[in-house]
Amino acid sequence: MYIRTTFKTLNDAFFMALEAIRDNLLRSILTLLGIVIGVFAIIAVMTAIRTLESSINTGLNVFGSDVIFVQKSPVMQMGDHNSRRKYWSRPNITYKMALELRDRIVGAEFVSAQDGTGGKTIRFKKEKTNPNVGVQGVDEFGLEALNHKLDYGRNFIPEDIEYGRRVVILATDVIQKLFPFQDPVEQVVSINGIGFDVIGTLERKGEMFGQSQDNFVIIPMTTYLQYFGSRWTSLGISIKAPDAESFNLTKEEVIDQMRIVRGLGPMDENDFEVTSNDALIDTFGSFTAGIKMFAGAVSVIALVVAGIGIMNIMLVSVSERIKEIGVRKAIGATRNNILFQFLLEAVFLSLIGGVIGVLLGVGVGNMVTLVMKNVAPVIPIDWVFIGLGVCSFIGIVFGIYPAYKAAGLDPIESLRHE
Amino acid sequence: MSLIQVKDLYKIYQMGNSEVRALDGVSLSIEQNEYVSIMGPSGSGKSTLMNLLGCLDTPTSGEFFMDGIDVATMDDDALAHIRNKKIGFVFQTFNLLPKSTSLRNVELPLIYNGEIKAADRREMAIGALTRVNLADRVSHKPNELSGGQRQRVAVARALVNNPAIILADEPTGNLDSKTGEEIMALFDELHKQGNTIILVTHEEHIAAHASRVVRLLDGKIAVDEPTQRGEK
Repeated sequence: MYIRTTFKTLNDAFFMALEAIRDNLLRSILTLLGIVIGVFAIIAVMTAIRTLESSINTGLNVFGSDVIFVQKSPVMQMGDHNSRRKYWSRPNITYKMALELRDRIVGAEFVSAQDGTGGKTIRFKKEKTNPNVGVQGVDEFGLEALNHKLDYGRNFIPEDIEYGRRVVILATDVIQKLFPFQDPVEQVVSINGIGFDVIGTLERKGEMFGQSQDNFVIIPMTTYLQYFGSRWTSLGISIKAPDAESFNLTKEEVIDQMRIVRGLGPMDENDFEVTSNDALIDTFGSFTAGIKMFAGAVSVIALVVAGIGIMNIMLVSVSERIKEIGVRKAIGATRNNILFQFLLEAVFLSLIGGVIGVLLGVGVGNMVTLVMKNVAPVIPIDWVFIGLGVCSFIGIVFGIYPAYKAAGLDPIESLRHE
Repeated sequence: MSLIQVKDLYKIYQMGNSEVRALDGVSLSIEQNEYVSIMGPSGSGKSTLMNLLGCLDTPTSGEFFMDGIDVATMDDDALAHIRNKKIGFVFQTFNLLPKSTSLRNVELPLIYNGEIKAADRREMAIGALTRVNLADRVSHKPNELSGGQRQRVAVARALVNNPAIILADEPTGNLDSKTGEEIMALFDELHKQGNTIILVTHEEHIAAHASRVVRLLDGKIAVDEPTQRGEK
């Protein structure tokens, strides 16, 4: 019974609140603005980051799953000149080291060495590509390690690697340029003037951050070292754990064995970096965390300012309607009736602003998808609810004092008020 | 027991060092279907008595029973319920919600009643507006109505909850004499239908509509007698 009456009272208070907002439309809209901006800021940033994240999480799968990657310096370098020099001065990782690591590691599905270089021109008869094609040197596990998928033809076999054969697998950009109407397999292309037999083609990967990921060719590691290696060449080594459970175990093993391969003493620091997809995503996460914090701070400030605005407007509203409050009390409104009425008014004011902010934020945040292809628009449902929850909270926090003031008015005084 | 039973009612205000006895020992009883006017010059305690009878205020001391319920010591919320269910107010300045329609204004006491369904509320409000001959002004707002019509809406609002008493504070004070008489005719009619009416006024010809007049002076009842109409 009590709950039913309370509910009914709430229901009526709901309409009263809407009436009050409608009656002071311009004032209400101006008050809403702060809330709109606050919610908009956080929702827009969260939506934008969410779209980026979803593309990164697929796009950053550079290594394939459960793959541990070892190289001389970190993938993403953040630091000053000195720390970069520290990485640079480490000894290179050679193919010999990679082979030694392969011999030492027992628990892995494969241990694969790779390196890449860019700015090469590929020719087929009279056609040629721009001088911007990447060349990757790999072994027979390279496709899996780098997350490439074979479309036609064959993968490298151990003999290709062992004998340094001049064979090549082409990615789609190169195929489109050189073989628009022809099957490239078994043709001969030249890379910087050196002839290679085409043995296979790769599936298209698409774009990330507006850049094609298909403008490259892959050749056997040994061939690569022979024609494109230099004294600065330091290889990367990919190690695939047998499954997700043993990933950490394999990672430990890789570090231990790599230390032996590198000839490090027990007290020496690692002179190589171990990373994985998860680590890359973590690195990206720590970068976006900064942006999130900033957007959060902007939102908090905007919302607090907006809350003060709501409180101000509610105080004005209460003092304007003292007589009305007196009448309502005279005809039987209790303290709670009046309290709910004004509190709900504040909450609605805040929530309407919140809804507008969410709509604008999701809209603007998804404009990222217009700039970048292959990124699906997202609605950050959790943040939508958090945003609206915060709005209700602000409405309550900043509405409670004016509402309490209204509820406590003396009916006789209020009725006499002109 | 009488509808209103008041005994030795005191209302004392502390004004700095001196105390003001707004009501100084008032005893009064009003029966079902009585038509009483309360008169008195300003400062006589007339408004204070009206506020107490209207359950807007509590006395400093004394007994006050409304329809058998002890209201002298009630808290604010309990008084609000009594006001809602037992009392219908009619004010000098109408006191309608300016941006709400007649229907909405009349519905308001039913909303605070909390026990009446929305559909019934509408029906009851239209019924009350019909009783004051305003069935055709249901969706008009106060600024679209004449002064007399506004006061009729206010009377309908006072009636809608079937209160034990209708308490009218200078109901004709803001109306011209012709419209004022129309409103008084309405009160006479409501009295005939069985309502109990308390009329607070300083105008003799308005007070003459009642069957009994209570005259206050310096916080005490000076005269409590039947009017000419009452003697008939």
